[in-house]
Amino acid sequence: MAKVELTRHLYSFFPELEGRELHVEASTVAEVVREMERVAPGIAFYVCDERGRLRMHVNVFVDDERIVDRARLSDGVGPHSRVLIMQALSGG
Amino acid sequence: MSERILVGTRKGTFVVKKAGRWTPRLSGHAGAGSNFVAADPHTGTLWALLGHGHWGAKLSRSRDGGETWQDAPQIKYPEGARYIGHEMPSEDGSEAPTTLRAATLLKLWHIAFGPQGRIYVGTIPGGLFVSDDGGETFELNRPLWNHESRGGDLFSGDGTGVTHWYGTPASEGEFAPGIHSIVPDPRNPERVLVAISTAGVLETVDGGKSWRGRNKGMLNDYLPDPAAEWGHDPHYVEQCPAQPDHVWQQNHSGVFYSADGAATWTKVSEPELGVHFGFPVAVDDADGRVAWLVPGRSDNQRMAIDGGLFVARTTDGGQSWQRLTKGLPQTHAYDVVYRHALGNRGDTLAFGSTTGNLYVSEDRGDSWQAVGHNLPPIYSVRIAAG
Repeated sequence: MAKVELTRHLYSFFPELEGRELHVEASTVAEVVREMERVAPGIAFYVCDERGRLRMHVNVFVDDERIVDRARLSDGVGPHSRVLIMQALSGG
Repeated sequence: MSERILVGTRKGTFVVKKAGRWTPRLSGHAGAGSNFVAADPHTGTLWALLGHGHWGAKLSRSRDGGETWQDAPQIKYPEGARYIGHEMPSEDGSEAPTTLRAATLLKLWHIAFGPQGRIYVGTIPGGLFVSDDGGETFELNRPLWNHESRGGDLFSGDGTGVTHWYGTPASEGEFAPGIHSIVPDPRNPERVLVAISTAGVLETVDGGKSWRGRNKGMLNDYLPDPAAEWGHDPHYVEQCPAQPDHVWQQNHSGVFYSADGAATWTKVSEPELGVHFGFPVAVDDADGRVAWLVPGRSDNQRMAIDGGLFVARTTDGGQSWQRLTKGLPQTHAYDVVYRHALGNRGDTLAFGSTTGNLYVSEDRGDSWQAVGHNLPPIYSVRIAAG
């Protein structure tokens, strides 16, 4: 199962996730987001817009690589991948 | 009667209560933009319309007077909702085609409460969302979304390709139109006015099944035809709750008043007194001829006039205006007051500025006291029952 790590900023909206080890069954980033929505209802709309596109100021990394497909989140995820959902640094 | 002032700011939601003196308290959403905060008069629930820089627009509500806040069920555009966008020409100089954009929620801008508990939310891009279950679910009003003035039905086809709804700089990065004023008729659940910057005022009298423009008498000073059907720039529209046929509009091109429910408008600016350009307007609860404004200096400057801040009040439907200055700074003031940042209830008025000043009057504007000078930039001010 892929391991999911979140920016600590998301814990202020989803405090129930703080301190939890998050592992999800997923083969793409889109599936990771879908599984995370099951764990923490509402979180998908924080990470993506209602068309399923990654929000402009959010980054997702699979292992050390930033994902390429921000529209459909089709980037692959392996069984031992580490998926990071981060706040993009947007200047300053 | 005890009252609370609900303040939305660039950095969170504040509740201001009077305990001896008016005292602001950060109620929630620290660090998040709180575009508009209001209390549902039917349930007492507080609603905050948030814009998280990274995480998008979110509806938040509090059922304990602002002690705690929770995410509400979120507003989303339905699949297939598209709107006409205006692109800049491309870098090689070729003309940009008009594009159809898939709508996603850019901004939650205004919430209003109609009779029978109905809740309305206005959004960017240009959506009116309606809830008949206390805010558990919201549905996009499609007749307004598909209105001929914005290019027709883009759910089922490509429409006319022409929109008269242009964009607003308030649209969080994209230049898209927004609904900033929703005015439900307290006498009639079927009747609602909405206003859109650079489009105009629209009315439904059949519960949102059809909409018509309500811009007769409106005059602009930036289009070839000053009385064009569309293209007017209402900054904010408000009505008198006890006399809903009395409707006021602070507009880019002046102050307009209607005594017949927006069927016809009359310009009631008094530029010599500085009463012309501005964003908010408040209307008395009982007497529709009584209104307040916080004027600014022209669309070019958008500043307090000559460094002095004043509130303008009329008691005769705009035939004459008074400048109210007692307690307000008359030198070195550069406050701008946004469209939602002047509120009133009974004899109490309050307004907040982009420079973080919050002023309250308990005598219908005759005198003012500063409640805070160092708040974040203020987006909205509303007064609710305590």
